[in-house]
Amino acid sequence: MPKFLLLKHYRGGPELHHPFPPMDRWAPEDVEAHIAFQHHVIALLKERGEYVGAEALTPVRTWVRYGGPDAAPVTTDGPHPETSDLVAGWFMIDVESRERAIELAAYVSSEPGPAGEPLYEWIDVREIMSGSPAG
Amino acid sequence: MEGSPAVTPDEGALRVLVPRVLAGLVRRGEDFDTAEDALQDALVEALRTWPEHPPRDPRAWLTTVATRRLVDARRSDAARRRREEAAAAEPEPEPEPGAVSDEGDDTLFLLFCCCHPGLSPASQVALTLRAVGGLTTREIADAFYVPEATMAQRISRAKAALRGRPLDRPGDLAVVLRVLYLVYTAAHHGPPDRVDLAVEAIRLARALTLATDEPEARGLLALMLLGHARLPARLDAAGRIVPLDRQDRGRWDPREIAEGVRVLQSALARQTDDRPPGRYQVQAAIAALHADAARAEETDWPQILSWYDELVALTDDPVRDDPAAVLGRAVAVGEVHGPAAGLRETERLREVLGERHRWHATRGHLHELAGDLPAAAAAYAEAARRATDVAERDHLVRRAAQARANGGVTS
Repeated sequence: MPKFLLLKHYRGGPELHHPFPPMDRWAPEDVEAHIAFQHHVIALLKERGEYVGAEALTPVRTWVRYGGPDAAPVTTDGPHPETSDLVAGWFMIDVESRERAIELAAYVSSEPGPAGEPLYEWIDVREIMSGSPAG
Repeated sequence: MEGSPAVTPDEGALRVLVPRVLAGLVRRGEDFDTAEDALQDALVEALRTWPEHPPRDPRAWLTTVATRRLVDARRSDAARRRREEAAAAEPEPEPEPGAVSDEGDDTLFLLFCCCHPGLSPASQVALTLRAVGGLTTREIADAFYVPEATMAQRISRAKAALRGRPLDRPGDLAVVLRVLYLVYTAAHHGPPDRVDLAVEAIRLARALTLATDEPEARGLLALMLLGHARLPARLDAAGRIVPLDRQDRGRWDPREIAEGVRVLQSALARQTDDRPPGRYQVQAAIAALHADAARAEETDWPQILSWYDELVALTDDPVRDDPAAVLGRAVAVGEVHGPAAGLRETERLREVLGERHRWHATRGHLHELAGDLPAAAAAYAEAARRATDVAERDHLVRRAAQARANGGVTS
């Protein structure tokens, strides 16, 4: 039974199906519906015995690297190119097949956006290698 | 504990009792679903209390505690339905079921329930490990690296799917064999406190051979034993994969090899003339030939190739139906008729397996045999990109780097 991450992005990925404003500019009821859908996905995965985990990430990104001997870590908060990928969160699932993972990703992508219309968001489907701590 | 020795069965002994107790409950008319739940409760209770208070008769203890749970469950159901009714006479927990059935029959009966063709493979595996293997939900969840609640839900969905289906007819043995093999191949090198699924699968397959004369059940057990025997040599001290031709064969388990060969022989002896040996027996025969070679150079490749010929002849369209067999055969062809012939064989699989790491890894190996190290390096790199296991990916990256270095590739 392979495990997959269904990654959601703040930005990056293929060209959008249709442009939409950031969520903080949506009508409050659309925001509620969107969030409720995420909870619904989690409940669905749990009910089907396919749930491993789900997390959300803040968009604040700090790049860190080794500074060299006796030097402090080097960090940068940007600016980052607007096109760079920024992961927003993920569902981790344990399913029968890759086909099932793709089916679930498409369902996640049907999440409601402004005016309750499907968002058609691109979902990044990544298989987790077995032998890794989670796999 | 005056006089009689304290019975403190280890977990293994406890698990052996699970299918027997459960089959007893179901045979006396309990619903499979609720009986299995009740027994799971009893099992968890046993793991908790037996170390301090070992029962005299573990099987009777499990049956009694599970029965009490069933009675409790029925009582609370009834209470819900007719709360106003005065408490009826308490049903006494029933004693041991009268008809003590044969252990093998119990195992087979439950395997047919758990491996019902109407269930998904994941459900069949989970249910089998719990109801026949006697593992707790937590142990199964840990073995598959999923949350306990997820595994519990998977099991309860499986049981819900079984509800209302007749469980008294003989099931599909081919499905049972496939489920046991799935359990075996799902085994990882986990931490030692985790249940070893390979050992569990071997235990279940051994129990199955007590219940049926079907040669393929023995073929499957032999295949597992022969594969498991090589496991100690598969990884080096640093956890790196060691390919078959470089393994220290002194580390193979001679006891398991001997048992595997013996079981295979008994399978082949049971095989009637009118049909050829099935896929598990054939694969076990190939594994036995590998086990038989004291050194990699002594491997009887012509004999292995002829078994692969039998294996691919079992399906009408082997490239579609059993590409793994065709790929394995390509390696044998490469050894017998030369790597160029082996590579030609892999070409037939490009469409079906071209996106799988094993196809590229096999081609890397054949290119290496041919002395074409740049091609080998490229194929291993392609394989590494597609690997779905960390140890395997690392192994393939190493092979690619070695081939590149030895082949003088600079770019």
